[in-house]
Amino acid sequence: MRRSDHESRIHDHYLRHSKKFPNVWCAGCGIGIVLGALVRAIDNLQLHRDDVAMISGIGCTGRMPVYVDFNTMHTTHGRALAFATGLKMVRPDMRVIVIMGDGDALAIGGNHFIHAARRNIGLTTIIVNNFVYGMTGGQQSPTTPTGALATTAPYGHIEQPLPIVELAAASGAAFVARSTVYHVQELEKYIVQAITKDGFSVVEAVSYCHTTLGRINKWGTAPDMMRYLKEHSISQKQAESLSEEEKGWKIVRGVFVDRDIPEYTQLYDQVIERAQAEEMAE
Amino acid sequence: MSKSKQKETQPILMQGDEACAEGAIAAGCLFFAGYPITPATEIAERLARRLPQVGGFFLQMEDEIASLAAVIGASVGGAKAMTATSGPGFSLMQENIGYAAMAEIPCVIVDVMRLGPSTGRPTRSAQGDVMQACWGTHGDHPIIALSPSSVRETFDLTVQAFNFSERYRTPVILLMEEIIGHMRERVDLPNPATIELEERLKTTVPPDWYKPYENYPLDVPPLVPFGQGYRYHITGLHHDERGYPTDRPDEIRPWLRRLQLKIERSLSDILLYEEDRDEEADVLVVAYGSVARTARHAIQVARERGRRVSFLKLQTLWPFAEEVVEHAAARVDHIVVPEMNLGQLVLEVERVAGRQHVHRVNKADGTIMQPTEILAAIEEWAR
Repeated sequence: MRRSDHESRIHDHYLRHSKKFPNVWCAGCGIGIVLGALVRAIDNLQLHRDDVAMISGIGCTGRMPVYVDFNTMHTTHGRALAFATGLKMVRPDMRVIVIMGDGDALAIGGNHFIHAARRNIGLTTIIVNNFVYGMTGGQQSPTTPTGALATTAPYGHIEQPLPIVELAAASGAAFVARSTVYHVQELEKYIVQAITKDGFSVVEAVSYCHTTLGRINKWGTAPDMMRYLKEHSISQKQAESLSEEEKGWKIVRGVFVDRDIPEYTQLYDQVIERAQAEEMAE
Repeated sequence: MSKSKQKETQPILMQGDEACAEGAIAAGCLFFAGYPITPATEIAERLARRLPQVGGFFLQMEDEIASLAAVIGASVGGAKAMTATSGPGFSLMQENIGYAAMAEIPCVIVDVMRLGPSTGRPTRSAQGDVMQACWGTHGDHPIIALSPSSVRETFDLTVQAFNFSERYRTPVILLMEEIIGHMRERVDLPNPATIELEERLKTTVPPDWYKPYENYPLDVPPLVPFGQGYRYHITGLHHDERGYPTDRPDEIRPWLRRLQLKIERSLSDILLYEEDRDEEADVLVVAYGSVARTARHAIQVARERGRRVSFLKLQTLWPFAEEVVEHAAARVDHIVVPEMNLGQLVLEVERVAGRQHVHRVNKADGTIMQPTEILAAIEEWAR
């Protein structure tokens, strides 16, 4: 099959035909690239659309589920993982994918993020990290680089960015990977691995926002920012040979955590067994 | 005979919080998510033990926001689901109460009221969250809130809360009080086989035709759980009949209208109350929750002293029983409304009956309303 036929088959199969196109994102945005990678990943895995749920919170990234023909829920700001936790408990057979931006996942939703990871509940979490609150117009986010300008950091951002990968790893996630919207095939591969992983899996998809941060910091247009991702990201292997100083702001791509630890809904089955055995004994 | 069988047939000593948990099990609840808080913790503790016994799920979440979020997620997955909290946690839940109202997801939120504001007195009883239950979350939306006044009634109204939430696709709030939650009473629980349970309406149309927010002809369109082949969208944004976000006034208006109508057109089902009428009465007492019990005692004493008093006990606080109160108020000259707050539901009574006829008896210091306090008000206004 030619690539274009394959692409159009995927579009027909996974995107909703009714009503909601064109999408809300700015021309040149990276979120659509993540959506494309995600849909191709699901296609690779041959998952049935009825068995996939996609849950999001609020923000530009939060608008993603409305476009795809799955069981989709656009929840409150920061709470997507908590909603998804309830759904996954009662429908452990479903593939529940949670898609969030950096502000959604790590600021207002930071508490839910670390606790979902700690439980190691079988949710696939994709964080589109564009380093800014885009929908509201360019405010500082938990991942905004120190020194950058934002509409709420007009004199330069003085806070440290939160490291998503390290946070997820320390909190107990079973799988943690990072790639960028430039490295789209790698991103797709990591999403496949994340969905396949039995446990809480996190993929950080590094993106950009040319409309807000790009403009205020004079970082250029969408292609300029895409080029930055290409030129300033390195593989884990490349990173190994560099000192911390040499790594500087470089984005390290790769799979950082892949461990087999008991998944929460499966552990809960044991709770039910114990409870019922105890009741029988009485 | 198993333990549970004994429970059906023999009177037992039980706490209100425990009765709430058992009511939830009897109603078919299969999912509870919560966060420890006095005086509601015992509901969580009981369900942590009981739910897995019936194949259900108990989760202790990281906060009350996550608790209600998980409950809504579980309900979308098809499980009857509940959370329980008290004032501070109820404040945190307001965000997702609004979401459940907007997205029309059935769920039950128990608020065991304690003295507020803020941390207040965790072990002291109050009725201070009555207005919050109605207006706590932003925007216009109807809500159902029920108030039990005994341990047995807590069991019954918990079942009723689940039934209403499923029947009307709405969050339902059970407004308990610390004194009701922690009080132990001898109760006869009903035989589970005799309890009427509401199950979620199933759709009759194929997936392509399914509209989860269809405005006609039903006031409450069926909600198909996720994962059953009906792929659709749920959002807290204003949405069209398929659930997709919309900005169009001609799509927003009929939905908002249906949201109101689904409650307004079913008031005869939703409004629960008990009336003890004296046709010659000149005073009417309107009360709910624990204060209704105090009021009943005060009225008994007043009648023994020859006073003519009617009594209206409201079990459904929201929607407010306008016509019921109006009707009862029209027969008397004075209405006494005792509450364990600084005057909340009385605002609704005044709205319906007129301020000049309504007399407040308020207490919000952590102590229980005494019969003498209500009796004094009755005797002040009775002939």
